Amino acid sequence: MTTIRIDGRDCPTRSDINLLQACLEAGANLPYFCWHPELGSVGACRQCAIKQFSGPEDRKGRIVMACMTPVSENAIISIDDPEARDFRAGVIEWMMVNHPHDCPVCEEGSECHLQDMTVMTGHNTRRYRFTKRTHRNQDLGPFVKHEMNRCIACYRCVRFYRDYAGGDDLAAFASHDNVYFGRAEDGTLRNAFSGNLVEICPTGVFTDKPFSAVYTRKWDMRGAPSVCVHCAVGCNTIVNAREETLRRVLNRYNTDINRYVLCDRGRFGHGFINAPTRIRTPLRAIDGQQVPVPMADALTAFARMATQGRIVGIVSPRAALETCFSLHALVGPEHFSTGQTRQEQECTELAHTLLTRHPGALPTLHEMESADAVLVLGEDVCATAPRLGLSLRQSVRQASFHTADNAKVPRWMDAAVRTLGGECPSNLHILTPAPTDLDNVAAETFRAAPDDIARLGFAIAYAIDPFAPPVTDLTPDDAAHAARIAQALMAARKPLVVSGMQYGSPTLMQATASIAAALVRTIPAAGLSLVLPECNSMGLAMLGGLPLETVMEQARAGEISTLVVVENDLTRHLDLADVADLVAAVPNIVVIDHTMTPLCQHASLVLPIATFSESNGTLVNQEGRAQRFFQAVFPPAPIQAGWRWIQALARSLDPSMHPITGLIDWRDLDEALAALAMAFPDLAPAVMAAPEADYRINGEKLRSQTYRASGRTVIRSFVSVRDQPPPASPDTPFSSSMEGAYEPDMPGALVPYYQTPAWNSVQALNRFQSEIGGPMRGGPSGIRLLSPAENQNTEAQPYAYATDIPAPYIPQADTVLVLPDTRLFGSEELSMFSPPITARSSAPTLGLPASATGSGRMVLHLEDGPHDLPVEPVPGLPEGTVLCPTHMVARAFRFPRIARLEGLTDGGERP
Amino acid sequence: MFNTLRTLLLTALHAFHRRATVQYPEQQPYLPPRYRGRIVLSRDPDGEERCVACNLCAVACPVDCISLQKTETDGRWRPEYFRINFSRCIFCGFCEEACPTYAIQLTPDFEMGEYARPNLVYEKEDLLISGTGKYPDYSFYNVAGIPIPGKERGASERERPPIDLHSLLP
Repeated sequence: MTTIRIDGRDCPTRSDINLLQACLEAGANLPYFCWHPELGSVGACRQCAIKQFSGPEDRKGRIVMACMTPVSENAIISIDDPEARDFRAGVIEWMMVNHPHDCPVCEEGSECHLQDMTVMTGHNTRRYRFTKRTHRNQDLGPFVKHEMNRCIACYRCVRFYRDYAGGDDLAAFASHDNVYFGRAEDGTLRNAFSGNLVEICPTGVFTDKPFSAVYTRKWDMRGAPSVCVHCAVGCNTIVNAREETLRRVLNRYNTDINRYVLCDRGRFGHGFINAPTRIRTPLRAIDGQQVPVPMADALTAFARMATQGRIVGIVSPRAALETCFSLHALVGPEHFSTGQTRQEQECTELAHTLLTRHPGALPTLHEMESADAVLVLGEDVCATAPRLGLSLRQSVRQASFHTADNAKVPRWMDAAVRTLGGECPSNLHILTPAPTDLDNVAAETFRAAPDDIARLGFAIAYAIDPFAPPVTDLTPDDAAHAARIAQALMAARKPLVVSGMQYGSPTLMQATASIAAALVRTIPAAGLSLVLPECNSMGLAMLGGLPLETVMEQARAGEISTLVVVENDLTRHLDLADVADLVAAVPNIVVIDHTMTPLCQHASLVLPIATFSESNGTLVNQEGRAQRFFQAVFPPAPIQAGWRWIQALARSLDPSMHPITGLIDWRDLDEALAALAMAFPDLAPAVMAAPEADYRINGEKLRSQTYRASGRTVIRSFVSVRDQPPPASPDTPFSSSMEGAYEPDMPGALVPYYQTPAWNSVQALNRFQSEIGGPMRGGPSGIRLLSPAENQNTEAQPYAYATDIPAPYIPQADTVLVLPDTRLFGSEELSMFSPPITARSSAPTLGLPASATGSGRMVLHLEDGPHDLPVEPVPGLPEGTVLCPTHMVARAFRFPRIARLEGLTDGGERP
Repeated sequence: MFNTLRTLLLTALHAFHRRATVQYPEQQPYLPPRYRGRIVLSRDPDGEERCVACNLCAVACPVDCISLQKTETDGRWRPEYFRINFSRCIFCGFCEEACPTYAIQLTPDFEMGEYARPNLVYEKEDLLISGTGKYPDYSFYNVAGIPIPGKERGASERERPPIDLHSLLP
C-alpha cells in the first residue's frame, strides 16, 4: 500500500498499478480512451495527461501520460493543473476534428465514452472549419455494425480482437489520420467474441446490429441483473427491456467469471424470447386442434387429467432451480425425472461427484487465467464453454508475465509485455479428437479417439502419482507423451486440468480428475474444471431424479396417465421412435415451455412459461455457483414463472386425491427457495445467491430504470390514457420504475445497469469496483455451493482413483465412431431460435479424417435413418471416426454412436 | 367619503377606455411564430421526415409525455411511432430546444380542446406536417456523415470523399 497526492489530496493506493488506475480508484474524473482494465495500457490516445511533480518544491512539474506511469511512493500529481487541462482539451479537439455530426443517429449515443470524455474535458465548441475525412464501412456480419467515420483511433478494437480474443480477421489499415479498423474485405467477423467490440469501442464505430433494429436509448430501458442461459459457464449479464420487450443483453461484471467479456452466443442468443415460435397463451388440444384457452380452462383440464392416474414430471437442465424443485414437490421424488438420458445424467452426476471429491482447487474462470500449465482432455471448450476457452487463452500469457516481472516491466504495460512474451513458450496442452480454436496458442496438441485420450490421461496420472492405476499396453510414443505432459504439469505452480462431457465419456472425466488429484499430492493448488452442457446441469445433478429411460419404461408399462414436461424438448434427448412410443403410451402430455418445440404438437395442454428475462430464478453453473437472475420484462397475464405455473397446477388438484403441502402455500420466490433449502441441504446456500425480496437501501427498493426514463405518461396511452401503476415485483428487491435507490455500493448481484454522474457508458463500471479489475464494492454476485474436499491426497489419505481404464479404440472396417461436433452457433437449443445466431450458423457437414478419400457427399446411417451430408476433411481426426454436428443432423444426438458410412456414387444418388 | 367617490369615478372612466378583451373566437388574437402551442413534426426541404428518432425530446420532456421508437430505412432513422399525450403536455418547449434536427416544433395553435382525454393522444400521423416549419433550409442529413439514398458517403457538407485504403500516398 502506498500513498499518492492527487491535487493536494492524499490517496491510499496500490503500488502495482498505473497512475490512471490510481486516479480512477480515488474517484477522480480523468478522461482516457486506449486504456482498458482488461487490456492494459499502450499510451496510444494521449488523453490521460496529468502533471507529475518531482517533489513538494517542484512548482513546474511535467506532463506525463497517467496510464503509462507507474504509481511511485509519495508521487505528487495534478489532474486540475491548467497546463494538463489544456493538453487534454487539445487532444480531444484533435480527435473530434474528423468526428461526424451524427450523434442523434448513432446507437452509441447516451452511453458513449467519447461523449462523456468530451464533456469532461470541456470541449464544447468546434473550431475546425475545414473538411472531414470519411471512410467506407464494411458489412461485418449479423452481430456488429460498422461506422468508421466515428473512429478516434484508440486501437482498443484490434488489441481486444487480436491480442486478447485471438482473432485474426480484424486489423488496422492505412496510416496517419486515415487509419482504418476493419477486415481485409467485407465479411462476417469470425471470432466468437466479436460482440464485445460493441462495449470495448469507446465510440460508435462498432455497434450492436440486432439491438439497432429495436433501438432504444440507454436511459429509457429497464435493466435487470441476469445470468446467461446458453451454456453452463453462467456468465453474468444485464438484460435491457423497454415496452415489455427484451432489447439487448450486455455484459455484467463478475470478478470471478466473465469479467468484461461475453461470448457472441450469450450476447445475441436471446432472440428466442421475441421469436415467432414463442408460446404466449395456454393451448389445449380439442379434436386434434390446439386452441388457445383461458388460464382457468387450462387448469380445469389439468385437474381432470390428474384424476385419471399417476402424474410424472420431467424437467430439464435449462429450467431454473425453483421450477425444477416445484415440479419435484408436485409429483414427488419417485415420479420426478431430470429430463436427461441415463448417460447424460450419469455424466453430470459424475462431474458433481468428481468436483466434490477433488482434493485441490476448483478454480473460477478468473483463477484459470493465472494457471501456468493447462491440460485440456477431450473437450472443445471454445464451442461448449466459450468464455472458459477465452480464460484458458489468457492463461498462456503467464510465462510472459513472469518474464516481465523479471525484467521489471509492469504487467499492465501491455505492448511491452506482449513483445517480451513473444518468445515465451506456451504451457497449454490440448488432447482432443478434433481441432479446437485454442490449438494456435497450445504448446502441443494430440488427436485421438476419446477412449485413447482417457487412456493417455490415466497414464499421465500414473506418471505423476505412482499410486494411481497404471495403464498397460501403452505404446512407447504415448508413454513418452504422457511423461512429457506429466513433467510440464508438475513443474507448474498452479496447474489446471479441464475436461467435460462433450463426448459423453465418464472415463475421460475420471481420467481428468485422476490427473488433478495426482497433482495435488505435490501441488495443493492443482485445479480441476469440468464443463457441463446446460445452464443448470449442475443444479439438476444436485437435485437428482430419474433418467428419461426410466420414464420410458414406466410409460410403456402404462403406469403414467399424465406427463408434465417443463422446458424440455424431449426430441433432443430421445429418438423419434421413442418419442412416438411415449406419445402413444401416455394419454395426457402437459408441456410447460416458452418456445414451440416439436413435442408441443402432441401435447394435450401447452402452458406458456416466462423466460429468463421475464422471471426470477436461480441457476447453478458448472463450477457449482448458484446465481440469481431477475426479470426486466413484465409479461402479460397467462405467461408466468415456471414455479407459479406448477403451483397453479397443484392448487387446481383435488386435495383429497393429491395431498400436496408446501408448494401451494408459497407466496413468493423466497418461500420457494426456503422450501428448497429445507429439502436439499446441499442447495441451501442458493438462498443467499442474491439478497431477498425485502432487501432495502435506506428503506427504499432498488430502481430498475434510470432516473431519466422517458415517456412514463404516454407510453401506454394508446391503450388507455389513464396512468397505470408500474408492474408489481413481489419476488425481487427491485421496483419496476425509476423510483428507488441506486448507488455504486449496491450488492453486486443487484446491479441493474452501470451509470454514475459524468459516466454514462459501460466504463462507469470503474466506480462500482472496490479496485479496478477487482471485486465489486457491494460484494460478490452468486455463491459457490461446492468447496474443495477436506482430505488432501496424502499417503495417509490417498485419493480413490478410478480404475476402469478403457481399452484402446480400434477402427473398424465397416463402421465408424460418430463423434459429436459441438458448434458454438448451431448446437445450443435456445440460441438457434435467435435470428442473428441462425444467420451465423453454417450448414451441417460431416467431418472426416483428412486421409479418408471420398466424394463430396456421404451418407451416414444413424438410428433415425440415413443422412446425406457434404464431407469436410478435418486434419488430425483419428482414423475410424467422423465428426457429426450435434443436434443438427439427427435431432436427438446420443453418443458415442457407432454408425455405418457410405460413399455416394458419382450421380449423387444413394446406392 | 372622497376616496369612495374617487374609486367610483375611476371605475366609471374605464367604460370609455380601449377594450382589452378580445372577442375570441370571432376575433383571432395575434400570436407570434415562437408562441408555444400545439407540437408538430416538420419535414426536410426535400419532403422527408425530419425526425431521426434520437429520443432527445422524450428525455427532455419534464412530464414524460413523448414516446417514440426508432426504425431505419436506407440508413435514415425514423420514428416507427411517435406519440405525444397532450393531456399531459405543459407546452414548455423543452422538446423543441432539445431537438437536434429542428423536427419537433411548437406552433401558435392552442385550440386543442377535446371532450374525451384519449383524443388528446396524438400519433405520428397527427403530428406530422407537410412543410419545414420555422426553419425552411435545414436538413440534418446534409450535414451528418451518414449516407442516405441520393447522398453518397463523404458527400455531406464539409466532407472529403472516402479514403482509398489501397493508396500508398501519404
